[in-house]
Amino acid sequence: MRPLATVLIIATALAVAVSRTAFAVDPTELPTPALQARYLALTHELRCMQCQNEALADSPVGLAADLRREVRDQLLAGKTDDQIRAWMSARYGDFILFRPRYSLRNAWLWGAPGVLLLIGALVCWRVVRNRASLLPGDQEPVEEDGAR
Amino acid sequence: MLPELGHFALILALLLAGLQAFFGIAGPAFARDRWSGAVTSAVAGQAVMVATAVACLVASFVTEDFSVAYVAENSNSALPLFYRVTALWGAHEGSLLLWILLLAGWTVAVVLGSGRLPPRFAARVLGVLGLVSFGFLLFTLATSNPFLRLDPAAADGRDLNPILQDPGLAVHPPILYTGYVGFAVAFAFACAAMLEGRLDQNWARWTRPWTTTAWAFLTCGIALGSFWAYYELGWGGFWFWDPVENASFMPWLVGTALVHSLAVTDKRGLFKSWTLLLAILAFSLSLLGTFLVRSGVLVSVHSFAADPTRGIFILVFLIIMIGGALVLYAWRAPLLRSSAGFELGARESFLLFNNVLLVIAAGTVFAGTLAPLISDALKLGTLSVGPPYFNPTFMLSMLPLLALLSVGIHANWKRGRLGDSQRVLLYTLVVAAVLGCGWAFGLYARGSLLSWIGATLAIWIVLSSLVDPLDRWRRGLTLSRAVLGMTVAHLGLALAVIALTTVQSFTIERDVALAPGGKATVGDYEFRFEGVRPVEGPNYEAVAGTIVVTRHGAPVAVLSPQKRQFWVQHQVTSETAIRMHRGNNLLLALGEDLGAGRWSIRIQIRPLVSLVWIAAFIMAVGGALAASDRRYRTARAAVTSPAGATAGQAG
Amino acid sequence: MTRFLLPLGIFALLAVVLAIGIRHSPEKGVIASPLLGKPAPAFVLPDLADPARQVRSDDLKGRWYLFNVWGTWCGGCREEHETLLQVHRAGVVPIIGLDWKDDDGQALNWLTQLGNPYQSVATDHSGREAIEWGVYGAPETFLVNPQGVVVYKHIGALTPDTWTHEILPRVSGAKAGSSS
Repeated sequence: MRPLATVLIIATALAVAVSRTAFAVDPTELPTPALQARYLALTHELRCMQCQNEALADSPVGLAADLRREVRDQLLAGKTDDQIRAWMSARYGDFILFRPRYSLRNAWLWGAPGVLLLIGALVCWRVVRNRASLLPGDQEPVEEDGAR
Repeated sequence: MLPELGHFALILALLLAGLQAFFGIAGPAFARDRWSGAVTSAVAGQAVMVATAVACLVASFVTEDFSVAYVAENSNSALPLFYRVTALWGAHEGSLLLWILLLAGWTVAVVLGSGRLPPRFAARVLGVLGLVSFGFLLFTLATSNPFLRLDPAAADGRDLNPILQDPGLAVHPPILYTGYVGFAVAFAFACAAMLEGRLDQNWARWTRPWTTTAWAFLTCGIALGSFWAYYELGWGGFWFWDPVENASFMPWLVGTALVHSLAVTDKRGLFKSWTLLLAILAFSLSLLGTFLVRSGVLVSVHSFAADPTRGIFILVFLIIMIGGALVLYAWRAPLLRSSAGFELGARESFLLFNNVLLVIAAGTVFAGTLAPLISDALKLGTLSVGPPYFNPTFMLSMLPLLALLSVGIHANWKRGRLGDSQRVLLYTLVVAAVLGCGWAFGLYARGSLLSWIGATLAIWIVLSSLVDPLDRWRRGLTLSRAVLGMTVAHLGLALAVIALTTVQSFTIERDVALAPGGKATVGDYEFRFEGVRPVEGPNYEAVAGTIVVTRHGAPVAVLSPQKRQFWVQHQVTSETAIRMHRGNNLLLALGEDLGAGRWSIRIQIRPLVSLVWIAAFIMAVGGALAASDRRYRTARAAVTSPAGATAGQAG
Repeated sequence: MTRFLLPLGIFALLAVVLAIGIRHSPEKGVIASPLLGKPAPAFVLPDLADPARQVRSDDLKGRWYLFNVWGTWCGGCREEHETLLQVHRAGVVPIIGLDWKDDDGQALNWLTQLGNPYQSVATDHSGREAIEWGVYGAPETFLVNPQGVVVYKHIGALTPDTWTHEILPRVSGAKAGSSS
């Protein structure tokens, strides 16, 4: 494993996928375009368990092919996307979901952007208010920068 | 003999870096000007030693000295000369050495460019850079020495990972690292100002060109990495929000914020402590990226040989450098006050929003990248975070940023009234919305809301950015390089936005199985498979497919994707065939041999994807233009005042 | 002036998380199975020795058993084979094998040549059964209790150490508990 590991490490070089020595090409197609679209979307948001950071859709690993077949079969059997996701995570854990569940224990993660935006808005409001109140005392001229 | 020489040079470099740090920080602190004066000699000595070490390792690669463990693991006698040189940064140890070399290069550049700086301040900057270099040299020598010998020597090397045998990878890491390491200069300027206890507008003016240059390199480096991933890895994606990609993207976002907040500090003497914090943060995130990538805490999933000792070392280093800087910050930042004021609609406000939104974007990426780690530490279970999280949350802060950009560049300093610009902005917005509509729903039949919003914002940025420069040009006035650079960078951003939203909305991807003579129609294009033939390379064997591409019967291209099997590591890589046609990138990759001449083939049509990288390059050019403005080379006459006094007066 | 201490505080928290991350990283390859504490999947699968017969989970109710996923293509399986034979000889828990995506002939050869530690071996040509168990790389070994609940999972080659320290105590502890 050593060469693989060291190469992964150069990853600073965006070695995103250095482990992706190959990729999957899976020519089987579902009968309707709608199903095929759902199939593509799902296999892109389910993770290949054995890979570095790769979606089911792209992985050449045997297990990924088996899981893609599973997704196809379940789509053909009329399962919903959520049912398929739940089926997968019942077997492989939440690790297989690239889309973290919308659950209480992930609330901090999904909430983070919103909370950050709120804090940001609050900071902006306070700074602008303070600065606006300083304006009358600030007589310093502003240097032209050639833009306006 | 050479490896020992290199090893020795590295040890000397460590000692010199230590001296550089000591003289640079202690000299000004104890007012010993002779100590401060010795710093430059230490810098020069260190640079020579580091260059010697690198030269020794390169020589070992070129002469195929397989008694050096690092060479034996990353090279092979069949490897072409070019890759024997670039194999230097083909793995952990050598890439660290590259890091150190580039840091030495930046430090020498600071010495050469520091003529205008007060000597004590310059000594402090170099002292802090010496400390950073010392840490990395110690890390290399203690945990990742590239000069270790093998006894007995290997008969032949295990070869450079085939996926790295590509010209793209030859240039990508040095450029990316130049960007990463460049933020060390901004960091050192920030630390020096805090040690000094004062920060005036000159400080911002000194720091700006360095930061902008580092930012331009990082922009280029990230784009090259993404381009390389796209054409070399064969799966056709160009950004996956991988921890490693994020590790380079977070410093970029914060660095972008820093470039903008420096403008405010420079022009108006505002946001000083915030600018300091961003300078610390940008470099901290570069270091953190190094930690995440090299300690194996994040990337490891299965059978990944993580090295905890390296992780512990970097963590301690991180705590000393970042923790130290933040303690300094908590102590000194309260001294920095400014009494300058501005109104809500003033340019300062918009740059504030820009900063807040960019930091939120970085924070979001940070949360997603570290979520698996945090979730594990809090015993909340294992977790994966991928594009379905990053794409929408990133847009949440990016869309407002783009919408505010056009207004921001037309706003005045200090005063909130837009005046005539209001009309200009309104007109350009209307035109942009109409053109955006045509773009999203006319040019690409299956329109999408995302592509409409993206196109509208992008066109608005282009139009509103060009109004003033064109007006000045018409009136025969010149533009400063700083303003020209800013405009170019914003145009680059607009191109990136329209390209990203278009490729996101209209990519077609299909995997097909074709026998020789078989055809597949994807989008407007028809692909005819003619079969495969064997090909032999210098250190690999390959099969090459021939695929004839036509569009409505008219010939477009004959493409030949390959599948290569490398002799030494028996690794199979895919060489995609890519052709640009009418703005669309057609990507073909060979999959598996299905027997009886049939092959599975991946076909992707990504509209405008090339524009993403071109746009990034344009942004970098904008940065380079801005950094080269004459303004930064002439010192301002303003008196530098100690922090206490600064706190009292305006500015 | 506490707001200037805020960055330091956030960084301290981060450092703690990173330190925990490093401490955990050696075992990072192991992804906790959601099956732990849940009923093992029910199965009816063809027997490797005689495809006309079936290996059924119902027949195993009321007994402890080890469920070992292997294949002749897997290096770790070869590595752990000796340990499996020892476990078999100890006679404490029967081992049910799942021959995962393998060739029957080769698998039978393997067992004749290296010895057969299994009470019975089920075959899984399609890989469907392995997915039911959440297997992502062979070898993997599950310990199932008499109630049919998965109580332990080991990923990678089984070692005598794992057997004596992880598996045996669980089985004998429970047996001692129930007999006393």
